[in-house]
Amino acid sequence: MTSTTADQPLSAAASSALSSRSPKTFLTVTLERIRTDAMTVGPLLFIVLIGLLALLANPLGNLLVGVDPNRTNLDAALQPPLLPSMARRLVGLDHGVADSLLEVSGGVTHWLGTDSLGRDQLVRLLHGARISMLIAFCAAGIAFALGTTLGMLAGFLGGKVDDFILWLINTFSSLPTLFVLILLTSIYKPNAILLTLFLGFFGWIGAARFTRGQVLQIKTLDYATAARALGASRLRIMWYHILPNTIPLIIVLIMVEIGTLVLAESVLSFLGFGVQAPQATWGSMLAKSGDFYFLHDPTTGNRVAWHLIFPPGILIFLTVLALYLLGDGLRDAIDPQLRVDRQG
Amino acid sequence: MSEAANMNGSGEVLLEVRDLKMHFPITRGILIQRQVGSIRAVDGLDFDLIRGETLGLVGESGCGKSTTGRAILQLHRPTAGSVRFEGVELTETSGPNLRQMRRRMQMIFQDPYASLNPRMTVGSIVGEPLDVHQLGNSKTDRQERVRELLEIVGLNPYFVNRYPHEFSGGQRQRIGVARALAVNPSFIVCDEPISALDVSIQAQVINLLEDLQRELQLTYLFIAHDLSVVRHISDRIAVMYLGKIVELAERTELYENPSHPYTEALLSAVPVPDPVVEAKRQRIILEGDVPNPASPPTGCNFSTRCPKAMDRCFQEEPEFRDVGDGHYAACFLNEE
Repeated sequence: MTSTTADQPLSAAASSALSSRSPKTFLTVTLERIRTDAMTVGPLLFIVLIGLLALLANPLGNLLVGVDPNRTNLDAALQPPLLPSMARRLVGLDHGVADSLLEVSGGVTHWLGTDSLGRDQLVRLLHGARISMLIAFCAAGIAFALGTTLGMLAGFLGGKVDDFILWLINTFSSLPTLFVLILLTSIYKPNAILLTLFLGFFGWIGAARFTRGQVLQIKTLDYATAARALGASRLRIMWYHILPNTIPLIIVLIMVEIGTLVLAESVLSFLGFGVQAPQATWGSMLAKSGDFYFLHDPTTGNRVAWHLIFPPGILIFLTVLALYLLGDGLRDAIDPQLRVDRQG
Repeated sequence: MSEAANMNGSGEVLLEVRDLKMHFPITRGILIQRQVGSIRAVDGLDFDLIRGETLGLVGESGCGKSTTGRAILQLHRPTAGSVRFEGVELTETSGPNLRQMRRRMQMIFQDPYASLNPRMTVGSIVGEPLDVHQLGNSKTDRQERVRELLEIVGLNPYFVNRYPHEFSGGQRQRIGVARALAVNPSFIVCDEPISALDVSIQAQVINLLEDLQRELQLTYLFIAHDLSVVRHISDRIAVMYLGKIVELAERTELYENPSHPYTEALLSAVPVPDPVVEAKRQRIILEGDVPNPASPPTGCNFSTRCPKAMDRCFQEEPEFRDVGDGHYAACFLNEE
């Protein structure tokens, strides 16, 4: 076969340059790409941080504030954050504000202030992160496990299976979700687990439709046909050819879905169908803060509850943004076509 | 490849295609689907392939060339007819048995960009057939074989850890060839393997295919629409029109002595690299369009565009018959 090798001068020239390169596995290259991309590492660290805060909500709350998230104290209701006045006292600019705040709260340090019932904002944020993240991640997990599996089956097997799953998708998407939720909450006491299951079972439709479409498209491509011509089994084609080419887009979709679920949880909690008061979630905290945002102190004319809206709002915003960026970064990291590090 | 082996009836028959039909249903309705017709992509083909030969299959776009290739390999299940390969009736084989048969017959695709999974390395693409059929005893055995295959098709074995997008069209086509060769097939369907390549690369790939055929005793069904390429590589040539083979003959015989008006028209369109001859070349311009394969004309398929059509052509269908020395044609003009 020397004649064919000879008319390929590139291979001979390239061989010396390439021979020194040690083959890297897919995983090490992917991790390396994630590590070197600030727009992926940053969001990843942020999500990990939020996760840690949520996990350590109890000890952290005890350490920093020392009160239960649901302990009310109407004397200290709508207290402004202690943090700025404490900081001013440290540099000698404080004129007794910190002391008077501490006096009202009975010595409890409400670093981020309190809500209308005098509950500590910081502790509630930590505990809220736990519920919000748990609901969003678990519901997205259920939705995508169900959705991608059913979508794959529908797209790949086709025929009767496809008809049945399409029928399921259409039936589910025509159900009035709120009505079902009201029905469920009137039978069962609404709680975080019920809400997770509910959001998961109604969230799979999008994932299933998307996956089905992707599979239908990839199934007809030549490389899937080539695998069939080689004698590969259906399972193998699904696992090695179709799945790896749908996963990148599914990752992005999952991240967007988690963000949407954080918001969905807040809406449902606000309507009273989700997590019940007094249990804190970011969504319910944000929803509640709106009631007091326009309340003014009659003597000074200042807003009295401005501090309630920003912390949960900013946290939701940053978490959703971080998830989105992370999804984008992960998709790029596993795409071989974006690997510049492989050139020579 | 001796000239004698090219003739029908001499040499060992590797593949026997009889009355092969591939109709795709046209359905209407969403809830209750009913078939309102069918596209007759392939409508009754008869031919044999002799071991070691190359049969060129030419025809214009949409005449059913690619469908023929895929129906032979059972990538589309034929509607009717028989495909016997190495004595096994493929249309009645399915499941693990058919997958086992796929070791003996392979395919090279037209589009070197779509035919390689973008998320697999070259090593895993070429090694996949080995994994599927559990060839080779160990992982190192298979890696060794992959390197060997890459060398056979003229690629550097160091490329195993690279991805398809890092290669040019010609190199990608070589990867596709290496994948097809991995299982040691005896028969390869080449589905327009060079149409998507630059002209300069086309010759390289053609030479590679010819070298491989000589060394590995391969049999090709070479599908193409480029007549000069087909003439170069084929031993025999079949001309397809609207789902049917209209003429089949040994290549020199077909080019010098075409007996079907469609073949004559096709050949008259090939430019000649000689200005004197080229200036005198008479082109036969066919009028009208190819009829819809969902409703082919009655009588001869070609009757609507044939410059020599007679009354009879619009009523009866001509038989695909031997007009002498293994030269087959389906035209009434050959009947005395």
